[in-house]
Amino acid sequence: MELDPDDVFRDDEDDPENEALRQRASSKELVVYLVDASPKMFSTNCPSEDQKDESHFRIAISCILESLKTQIINRSYDEVAVCFFNTREKKNLQDLNSVFVFNVADREFLDRPTAKFIKELSRLEEFFVKEIGSQHGIVSGSRENSLYNALWVAQALLRKGSAKTADKRILIFTDEDDPFGNIKGGAKADMTRTTLQRVKDAQDLGISIELLPLSQLDREFNVSLFYADLIGLQGEDLAQFVPAAGERMEDMKYQLRKRMFKKRIVRKLTFSVANGVSIEVHTYAFIRPTVLGSITWLDSVTNQPIKIERSFICADTGALMQEPPKHFQTYKNQNVKFSVEELSEIKRVSTGQLRLLGFKPLSCLKDYHNLRPSTFIFPSDEEVIGSTRIFIALHRSMIRLNRFAVAFYGTSSHSQLVALVAQEEIIDSGGQVEPPGMHMICLPYSDDIRHAEELHSGTNAAIPRANEDQIKKAAALIKRIDLKDFSVYQFANPGLQRHYAILQALALEEDDLPEIKDETVPDEEGLARPGVVKAIEEFKLSVYGDKYDESDNAGHKKVSEASKKRKALADGAVQKSAQYNWDALADSGKLKDLTVVELKFYLSAHDLPVSGKKEDLVKRILTHMGK
Amino acid sequence: MEVGGYEHVVVLQNIKVVDGDLVETLKKIPRGTLPGDFLDAIVVGMDMLIKKYSSTNKGKKRLCLITNGLSPIKDPYEGSKEDQVNAIAQQMTSHGMKLESVVVRESVVLDENVSVMEENDRILNLFPKRTCAKMVFVESSTSLLGALKTRSISPVTIFRGDLEISPKLKIKVWVYKKTSEEKFPTLKKYSDKAPSTDKFASHEVKVDFEYKSVEDANKVVPPEQRIKGYQYGPQVVPISADEWDAVKFKPEKSVKVLGFTDSSNIMRHHYMKDVNIFIADPGDQNAILAVSALARAMKEMHKVAILRCVWRQGQGNVVVGALTPNVSDNDHVPDSFYFNVLPFAEDVREFQFPSFSNLPASLLPDEEQQEAADNFVKMLDLAPSDKEEMLQPDFTPNPVLERFYNYLELKSKHPDAAVPPLDKTLKRITEPDPELLAKKKSAIDSLLRHFEVKQNPKLKKSMKRMREKPSGSDEEDNYRRITSKNKVDLIENGVKVEKIGDLTPVQDFELMMSRRDNPEWINRAITEMKNKIHDLIEDSIEGDNYPKALDLLVALRKGCILEQEPKQFNDFLHQLCKFCLEHDLRSFCDFLASKGITLISKTEAVDSDVTEEEARNYLVKREAKPE
Repeated sequence: MELDPDDVFRDDEDDPENEALRQRASSKELVVYLVDASPKMFSTNCPSEDQKDESHFRIAISCILESLKTQIINRSYDEVAVCFFNTREKKNLQDLNSVFVFNVADREFLDRPTAKFIKELSRLEEFFVKEIGSQHGIVSGSRENSLYNALWVAQALLRKGSAKTADKRILIFTDEDDPFGNIKGGAKADMTRTTLQRVKDAQDLGISIELLPLSQLDREFNVSLFYADLIGLQGEDLAQFVPAAGERMEDMKYQLRKRMFKKRIVRKLTFSVANGVSIEVHTYAFIRPTVLGSITWLDSVTNQPIKIERSFICADTGALMQEPPKHFQTYKNQNVKFSVEELSEIKRVSTGQLRLLGFKPLSCLKDYHNLRPSTFIFPSDEEVIGSTRIFIALHRSMIRLNRFAVAFYGTSSHSQLVALVAQEEIIDSGGQVEPPGMHMICLPYSDDIRHAEELHSGTNAAIPRANEDQIKKAAALIKRIDLKDFSVYQFANPGLQRHYAILQALALEEDDLPEIKDETVPDEEGLARPGVVKAIEEFKLSVYGDKYDESDNAGHKKVSEASKKRKALADGAVQKSAQYNWDALADSGKLKDLTVVELKFYLSAHDLPVSGKKEDLVKRILTHMGK
Repeated sequence: MEVGGYEHVVVLQNIKVVDGDLVETLKKIPRGTLPGDFLDAIVVGMDMLIKKYSSTNKGKKRLCLITNGLSPIKDPYEGSKEDQVNAIAQQMTSHGMKLESVVVRESVVLDENVSVMEENDRILNLFPKRTCAKMVFVESSTSLLGALKTRSISPVTIFRGDLEISPKLKIKVWVYKKTSEEKFPTLKKYSDKAPSTDKFASHEVKVDFEYKSVEDANKVVPPEQRIKGYQYGPQVVPISADEWDAVKFKPEKSVKVLGFTDSSNIMRHHYMKDVNIFIADPGDQNAILAVSALARAMKEMHKVAILRCVWRQGQGNVVVGALTPNVSDNDHVPDSFYFNVLPFAEDVREFQFPSFSNLPASLLPDEEQQEAADNFVKMLDLAPSDKEEMLQPDFTPNPVLERFYNYLELKSKHPDAAVPPLDKTLKRITEPDPELLAKKKSAIDSLLRHFEVKQNPKLKKSMKRMREKPSGSDEEDNYRRITSKNKVDLIENGVKVEKIGDLTPVQDFELMMSRRDNPEWINRAITEMKNKIHDLIEDSIEGDNYPKALDLLVALRKGCILEQEPKQFNDFLHQLCKFCLEHDLRSFCDFLASKGITLISKTEAVDSDVTEEEARNYLVKREAKPE
């Protein structure tokens, strides 16, 4: 963690610690994975991606593993339990037969996933037969009902946490579509009834139950035999269920590793519209650069966390002191002192929080009017009744008239001129793409804008401009390399994904790093298509004539001129350097008697850096001579 | 010192390093009544630069002309005015001088001056065509402040190399920052430990960081023994920097075009950071053409380019962003591109919001209200067609920085000066322009007539958000002290008023004053009341808050007499009147005088040092004194 010594100057809007705190407080998910461990799950094989056959059991486990690996990064506060049923051994709080709750040390049955938990689960097959064992739990003639037991155990585990703050789920992995198929007569009806009753009880407690069926090659999982009643499927959903569940399994495996953020209000603002009339708006952070998860400094010897202690020392007396209340700036050869209060008073230039100043056409908002990510604004009637209505009216007017609002956003520590751009709601088949509201964009001040483009403005000749033909060729090129459905959401950050992958590999002591695809590289194949190549060649010919290859080196030529000069200097230095007997000078300790210019002869002649104080130069020469 | 031959041109100060004296000299700038010839002024200024630096410092010499351009310029002895401009421009070019003209026109020019103005504008406009010159028009003192560049930053490229459209087409470009936030200066911490006799004391404070084990506070960990730990679920995984470097994402330095896409695919609020500018390598004529052709074609076709950038070798991440065309209309400035960083999939948080159209009708505006809003948005126009755009970012200074530097100057002379209120010129940035509000009063009134806002009465008072405190953290400290001391008290006695609210401020104040559990409450109540009054006056538009402020002032006066705190009230009244006079709020003083508000006299409170007569005359006297 980097310490910011000047807390006074920090913009308090996006306090990362605060964010983490609030996230923790928000609702979490509690999940129990119920995995059928009957012998059938091991005997049926399905062809997997790499053409090797995989048992249903293994498919289920790898699916859970992938999901856990994502979860530990995305939502590490969520809690999980993995529970097998139809097992030989039993391990559960109720001591019910045929149910085994898998766990590792230092962890409750239902708890946050840990690296060790994931690692042990991935090694499960090595010890499954010995320690857990597979066995049919429902056999005719006995009253045992392993499915019932499993649901009971799961429900008991999920008693943790209140239904209001936690989202509770049971996920069942099985390939047995008719669990009571081999039971006859009244016993079957009885078992079905009690099992369904148990499910209903769980649902009444706010637990949702989901099924992830595993179909056999020759026969599809028949939901209507038993599970349709269990999970409450009817009509059209019934037909859609199996294929949809297949997709869900895929989704669980290939989720993007990203930290999830719950929707939360960054700030509640008073938006002063006119003549003392203010409405209430809430701001939300929609787009913020994702930072790598929090970093803790550790002592590399003990791996124990360390804390940072800050102390203030008076530079003049060396005395230890308290955090000084005053700051100073040197101005006109004197130290002008400021108290912390004075500094915060200077920064407080506005009493209102968001103050409307007026409206401008959207064309006044230039592409370079940006400094940081925007903030989303949505109205609220919670405290000020009537806010939403004014906000919507202004929102509609601004869209209709193609205008944005200019406002001043001032908090006690930071203030900024902002543009409020109305955004209309955009909906596609997948739901809301852009919510309706306004985006608050930070406008730069004249102090923040630079004019680099004027830097090289020639004073004599006018700057060349492209002619009609060149523009036409450029247009043809642009048409060829078109990204039709580009969306800003489409690329994963390759650096971040790599980071997570490495972290996972190191935490789980995996041997090889998972391959991360960099989606941001250009489509080389597409660029080599003849149509594209032709357009590129025509553009080149139009702009560069036949001199493209030469011009490619133009930059280097210029550089070489500078380097020629440098070379000449070095040559001179070599000659001059030869006039000294460096060895003798060094041995007699007389190097320090030479001037800096003289010392530099040696350094330039030997291609060494010539920067630094005289002592540094002498030291560098001696090191180079090996003395 | 008048310069020979050039009438009405005075050299106030020859070129020298800026110091305090110069600031003083500038304050006493002579104001003449005679029209001046700006061409003469340019010649004199140019001459000064040439005499001092002859042809050295090419490109660093800058002339800044500030004029209203309304005085006629003389015809030259020979040749035309154009010839004269040409001659001057040539001189400037050969000496590597830049000219910046700021033309200030605060009010509309009257008939007889129009022809002079047009002629002058034409003459001034010749400079940018002939030499390295820039001309801007400003219409307010605020924009003038923004147009003057006080701190110039020598631009540094962040990338020089190829803009790769395909492996076969690479354009040489240089990338600079276009915007970069100018931060509040970091002040040094002040130490008062050095004896006052020590003239050479630096008064600086060194901040020392020590790393200690969390478990054993006596164990200091040397900085090089630290290692970064990364959160993985509940665990922390220690990973050394070397380990990371070996495996982390290491893209090659490059800037590649992924393709072009419709500009409508990129939303304005997707822009993430400060903006870069891409300029063709100034030494490569063909690159300038290529950039020009692409920029112009993109503009015509409404396309943007999507780029993948790795600015430096060894950078641990890639940046994906949008390149938008910036077509130049100045012959001396090349076409260029702006580059804005776009978010990755991980950076976007998908929050859902209700559609406006799905909201209940009670929250939606009706037709009449919509019309009033439309009219309001149209009327409150900051960029009317007949005037310069107001609050243009390029001409709007950062009010906080301006205020700081003004205060710095003030403090260098009067170390105990308080922070002065925000300058009127700067208020045009933080608050709506009263002139505009007055002009568009009907549109504003109509908006306010059509909409009603009110505080939600259901909300408990304690829940209500506190208004921002108007100054420093003093009160905050008081507040904390009180609350911590009296926590038990408060719980025992039920809810007590701790804050002056907006609804019943007078009652709140009285309740607070009558609290006996801590003497601090009185001070706090008084301070809060003062702030409230201050805010009301400051926020008031055409005196609409005056009666409310008066009520509070009367209550405050009564309270101060009761609690024998006359000085608090008297000082505040002094301060308030001063503030009003400085801020064009004279009307409030007059209002107070008309309502018979006086200082607290000796007869009313023994501690007061004001006689009854003084008290009665205080405001009256003010009124009589012409300002």
